[in-house]
Amino acid sequence: MSENRKRTNMVPFPSDAIIPERDLGTRPVLDARHLGVEFGGLKAVDDFNMIIGRTEIAGLIGPNGAGKTTIFNLITKVYQPTTGTILIDGKDTHNMNTIQVNRAGIARTFQNIRLFDKMSVEDNVKIGLHNRMRYSAASGVLRLPNYWKKEKLMHEKALELLSIFDMQDMADVTAGSLPYGAQRRLEIVRALATDPKLLLLDEPAAGMNPHETEELMENIIKIRDTFQIAIMLIEHDMNLVMGICEGIAVLNYGSIIAKGTPEQIQSNPLVIEAYLGKQKEAK
Amino acid sequence: MSFLSNLINGISLGSIYAIIALGYTMVYGIAKMLNFAHGDVIMVGAYISFYATQHWGLTPLLSVVVAMAVCTVLGIVIEKLAYKPLRSATSLAVLITAIGVSYLLQNLALLIWGSNPKNFVSIVQLGKISLFNGELIISDVAIVTVLCCIVIMVALTWFTSKTKMGRAMRAVSEDKGAAQLMGVNVNQTISVTFAIGSALAAVAGILLCSSSPVLMPTTGSMPGIKAFTAAVFGGIGSLPGAMLGGILLGVIEIFGKSYISTDLGDAIVFAILIIILLVKPTGLLGKKVNEKV
Repeated sequence: MSENRKRTNMVPFPSDAIIPERDLGTRPVLDARHLGVEFGGLKAVDDFNMIIGRTEIAGLIGPNGAGKTTIFNLITKVYQPTTGTILIDGKDTHNMNTIQVNRAGIARTFQNIRLFDKMSVEDNVKIGLHNRMRYSAASGVLRLPNYWKKEKLMHEKALELLSIFDMQDMADVTAGSLPYGAQRRLEIVRALATDPKLLLLDEPAAGMNPHETEELMENIIKIRDTFQIAIMLIEHDMNLVMGICEGIAVLNYGSIIAKGTPEQIQSNPLVIEAYLGKQKEAK
Repeated sequence: MSFLSNLINGISLGSIYAIIALGYTMVYGIAKMLNFAHGDVIMVGAYISFYATQHWGLTPLLSVVVAMAVCTVLGIVIEKLAYKPLRSATSLAVLITAIGVSYLLQNLALLIWGSNPKNFVSIVQLGKISLFNGELIISDVAIVTVLCCIVIMVALTWFTSKTKMGRAMRAVSEDKGAAQLMGVNVNQTISVTFAIGSALAAVAGILLCSSSPVLMPTTGSMPGIKAFTAAVFGGIGSLPGAMLGGILLGVIEIFGKSYISTDLGDAIVFAILIIILLVKPTGLLGKKVNEKV
């Protein structure tokens, strides 16, 4: 299946970045410059630069402990960067907190699933819709028409989003009782509900079998095409990364060691070394 | 007949505990802290209602509204000044702070309203109901208390399950970080929780003093501790648990006082807390949390 996918033509973008050709002329959704963070003298991320085009599917790979999830935490302001700037859709996020970054258009999933287990599938999605539907506390308490109108809209929107993964039948099920794969999908739906411009997926294929992974790849592309958003993913499954990512950055010990198209990454000696270790010189 | 009368009194007292316990349990569920100052907010609510009816000439119903408003503000202010700066501190620091706030409120009340007990005039003046030729007398306060408790419980259950803010509260109680990353304003949600809990505390304070009319700065502390016991009894963090725990505790206390010993009533209540913690540490309706390995 993956052979059918058309390769994107990646073009150079000012500085050392590349973005898909179709995204030229639009503002990149993410522009991270000289990003760095220190934890008590330890540099977890150092001089991280990345530009992601409006509708790009970007990959962030690297060995365990390379700092990939830390990058996500920096973008979402779970950690405050020690150095550097992050522009989301051209806006400097310097003084933003997690909530503001979410409103600016960043949504994410988690490496270890963090759904609201005790809440229903639908309510989980509705939490994602939280900021998009507004009614006053008074109309909620007094059940004014506006409350009913907005709650009905939220219900419809939630089901519509769940239908991306054919999950609308599970709306009333408790999230914690869903099978593993469905929980991962629900996390993506919940993130999509916040209406992001850039969706961050932290190891979306972790724990999935090859068939499920293949389905996930189709779905990621479908999400990008339907919502016209950018997706940045961390993944260890190289089939997925090489299959759907258009631009890839490789991280090792907190620094980018290589950037490029899947083909360029696969043949980059630095990447091979980071993953497999240095080849011994033949005697 | 005395059994029935005790049962009704027990349910009525238990309803007050339940309303207070709801405040404890909501705050615990969402902010993961024990707000030991909650009992003293009750006392403040009762004082406000007392002064509103006796000195400012407000009607009883209006005095309840004023007391709820004052306590709501008080609850939000306490949270902002005392607890919010400790959001990432250890739970012990927060606990000590809560005890500190409790004493602060008591001593402020002592300073403002003096140590002389006030004779609280019941805000419910509907007359007693006499049944079975006067053998069973149900006080108006008892009926109003139980009704209030039911209304509050239904309203709160509906609020948490069906409204946006209620959903946000449940989300924050499960995973603060994830809720924040989905754009839920955690600080605002915690504020709302304190506001609701404190408004309920005002209602509880007024009902409490309407049935036992002595009001002093320490009035809230004992019912506060008992309501905390009720919340643990029912399973802290659970709304129906607080309700059930509160009512059961009230009934047990009244039965203990009338059938075993008047002096031992409180001892029995706390003995139950100890037994529950030994036998079922999560409380009656509390769910066992399995640590993922």
